[in-house]
Amino acid sequence: MRDPRVIELLKRSLPAASVITETRALGPFETDGLTAIRQKPWVVVLPETVEQVRAVLEICREHDTPVVTRGAGTGLSGGARPLADGVLLTLTKMNRVLEVDTDTCTARVEPGVTNLSITDSVAHHGLYYAPDPSSQLACSIGGNVAENSGGVHCLKYGLTVHNVLGITVQTIEGDQLVLGGKTLDAPGYDLLAAMIGSEGMLGVVTEVVVKLLPEPSVKRALLAAFDDIRQAGDAVAAIIRGGVIPAGLEMMDALAIKAAEDFAHAGYPRDAAAILLCELDGIEAEVEADIGRVRAILDDAGATETRLAATDAERETFWRGRKAAFPAAGRLAPDYYCMDGTIPRRELGAVLAEITALSERYGLSVANVFHAGDGNLHPLILYDSAQPGELEKAEALGGDILTLCVSVGGTVTGEHGVGVEKLDEMCVQFDSGELDQFHRLKAAFDPGGLMNPGKAIPTLARCSEIGGMHVHGGALPHPELERF
Amino acid sequence: MGAPRDAARATEETWPGRDDSDHLRAAVAAAGAHKTPVTIRGSGSKAFLTESAAHAGASLSTLRHTGIVAYRPDELVVTARAGTRLDELARALGAHGQALPFDPPRFGGAGTVGGAVAAGLSGPGRPWLGSVRDAVLGVRIVNGLGQSLAFGGQVLKNVAGYDVSRLMVGAFGTLGLLLEASMRVQPAPEAVAVLAKDCSAEEAATVARGILRAPLPVTGTCHVDGVLRIRLAGSADGVRHARDTLGIDLEAEDDAFFDTVRDHAHPFFFREREPDSAGTLWRLSLPRGAAFDQPDTLVEWAGARAWWRTDAGPDAVHAAARAHQGFATPFGSGTSRTPAAVGKYMRRVKTAFDPDGILNPGAMADAD
Repeated sequence: MRDPRVIELLKRSLPAASVITETRALGPFETDGLTAIRQKPWVVVLPETVEQVRAVLEICREHDTPVVTRGAGTGLSGGARPLADGVLLTLTKMNRVLEVDTDTCTARVEPGVTNLSITDSVAHHGLYYAPDPSSQLACSIGGNVAENSGGVHCLKYGLTVHNVLGITVQTIEGDQLVLGGKTLDAPGYDLLAAMIGSEGMLGVVTEVVVKLLPEPSVKRALLAAFDDIRQAGDAVAAIIRGGVIPAGLEMMDALAIKAAEDFAHAGYPRDAAAILLCELDGIEAEVEADIGRVRAILDDAGATETRLAATDAERETFWRGRKAAFPAAGRLAPDYYCMDGTIPRRELGAVLAEITALSERYGLSVANVFHAGDGNLHPLILYDSAQPGELEKAEALGGDILTLCVSVGGTVTGEHGVGVEKLDEMCVQFDSGELDQFHRLKAAFDPGGLMNPGKAIPTLARCSEIGGMHVHGGALPHPELERF
Repeated sequence: MGAPRDAARATEETWPGRDDSDHLRAAVAAAGAHKTPVTIRGSGSKAFLTESAAHAGASLSTLRHTGIVAYRPDELVVTARAGTRLDELARALGAHGQALPFDPPRFGGAGTVGGAVAAGLSGPGRPWLGSVRDAVLGVRIVNGLGQSLAFGGQVLKNVAGYDVSRLMVGAFGTLGLLLEASMRVQPAPEAVAVLAKDCSAEEAATVARGILRAPLPVTGTCHVDGVLRIRLAGSADGVRHARDTLGIDLEAEDDAFFDTVRDHAHPFFFREREPDSAGTLWRLSLPRGAAFDQPDTLVEWAGARAWWRTDAGPDAVHAAARAHQGFATPFGSGTSRTPAAVGKYMRRVKTAFDPDGILNPGAMADAD
């Protein structure tokens, strides 16, 4: 499969420092944020210009060589896992902010720009870019487009798809597609929506136009403690039902609270079964009114304690614990496996109870830290990869959790993508007709199947091998097993 | 596991309507077998948008496929069948103090869920509250092969598979017959106010740019006939604060004016429909804050959408839109100008969903 002419041609088209083939230098590229899966690529290229990206794609097309596109490598589903006989197209050198247009409140950037640096480059205008995945310090906007990344503020401000107005895409056939722009819509099919979240399977994004929002004048945060996790779940639904759309609404369970508190000293109540963090933003008059409503709802829902951050510093302390939850969980066990399912909010209590039951059955601890406002769960499965069989056990438990999410009307991935991690669970969520439709859509952009092959959409053969797990109308396989 | 789920289901707010999906699927499958086209039709309120299409096919109505399949106010999501009337849906949501965020137009007072999604037209609040496409979370469709397929879902965050749901928005049924759509809903505002001031197009653009940079509860702007109107919506306190901040006179405390813009019932649109009126009505999509200054225009969305009635030829109109980094589309007939490379992939996407080209031929001219 490895055609030696490819390396030779790549070296001729790109600067010498932009083509990496030495085994040791390939090391940092062998995994993304899903570190359990490793594979050294055949060759890494680091183009600096659109022309170089186009040259790489042309060489790959001519020589029938697969291409995996990679941003900062922070993805959590293995979407940027390299191929042993493929080119790893890494866009981190294309990291310029090309234009900030304060009249139209847009910024035009290269794909390797980090999420946070967009906001950093416009903050002095009182503007910001809304989606804020936890990895925003490192993750690239190109990767955000590929994964349709979310973050803490999605409930109010949306995902990447709601905040990107235009992209320029290079296809494997050598076409350059300018989709959207600074406008709010464009004629024709919404190919922009199809590209966002397509995990590098349809084309390579070489430019992104993002929408900028005015920084809210006031931000306040409430912390509420509960001695019953179901009550906390019900409080989430009650807040939404009460007509309030918080900027962020996050939940942590007992294990996560203790871990975060030991690590970040955010002042969380260590004896609580669950805490909710609720951030409200906007103009002062509205935020004050919302704080009153949310406090009343939390009290009604049985909160044992409700705290309003008195200062911005205290608000940041509330969030410091939440943001530290993942590294904090890392101290509870040698390894953790972060899941990403979404469920209807009304199922929160029941699903958390079932996750506890599954955790006991598998003998692995699970800490829950998640975006409660939009039902996006991030169970952290704690395990020790040095113990034979524990990784497999963690993966099986993760698979069961995702199947559970689908069975209550949810999805196997809220914001991390399918990558290689959730291919089997895709067989649960979609039937063969739907998967087939996905494959035909991919073929419209990449008939030769060279763009990130094997990711995101499982083959029908793979699904039939794992035994027709498609959950239909809420009917789970193995109904004899105790659930809830 | 059955019991808790059924219990949850039982408390869902549903309006049963009538499930005609078997018939609709069979009709598309039969058309596919004979390779004869079908023209999908809802209430017909937006049929004029595709009137130039060659109506070669048999008409297939979605009007008997009605009902709200699922609605839980605390989930902020509603799932409705394609033939459900927009006014029925608005009533069901309104009973819980909620509404669709994207204000779909109701031309002649009519319109269905399927038509709103297929046409992808959003109302005056679009820059602040999002578009049809932004609100659509999932769909069930019948593709050109006669297969009934579901994509997306009923949750806000969902990145499993390609975003086929949003690809359906604005595709005018050429990629699939929409059976049902799940859409995000939002709390209806406690208070609404419309401010008005006389001003030029240039001044209106300056005000719009200021609004984009200010975190205020604005949900609409409209500049027509030398008057700029700004809609505020939110809590009573928030609306009062915004009125004080903007310092523009209050005209009304209801949605009546912006409803006429939304539904094209404003005299600006009415003039165009008079038989002897000159010119074509164009829809220009422009960057927010654009200062589009031509006679006979209505500019909304903080400058991002201009309606322009003009005798100018297509070349001149497209050039005017391009000068503002925007796009122009004739509203009612004719085609936009998709770049050749994009057109190539549009046609391939069409083939991926409808290989024999039986669904609404001509309705999306760029894809034929």
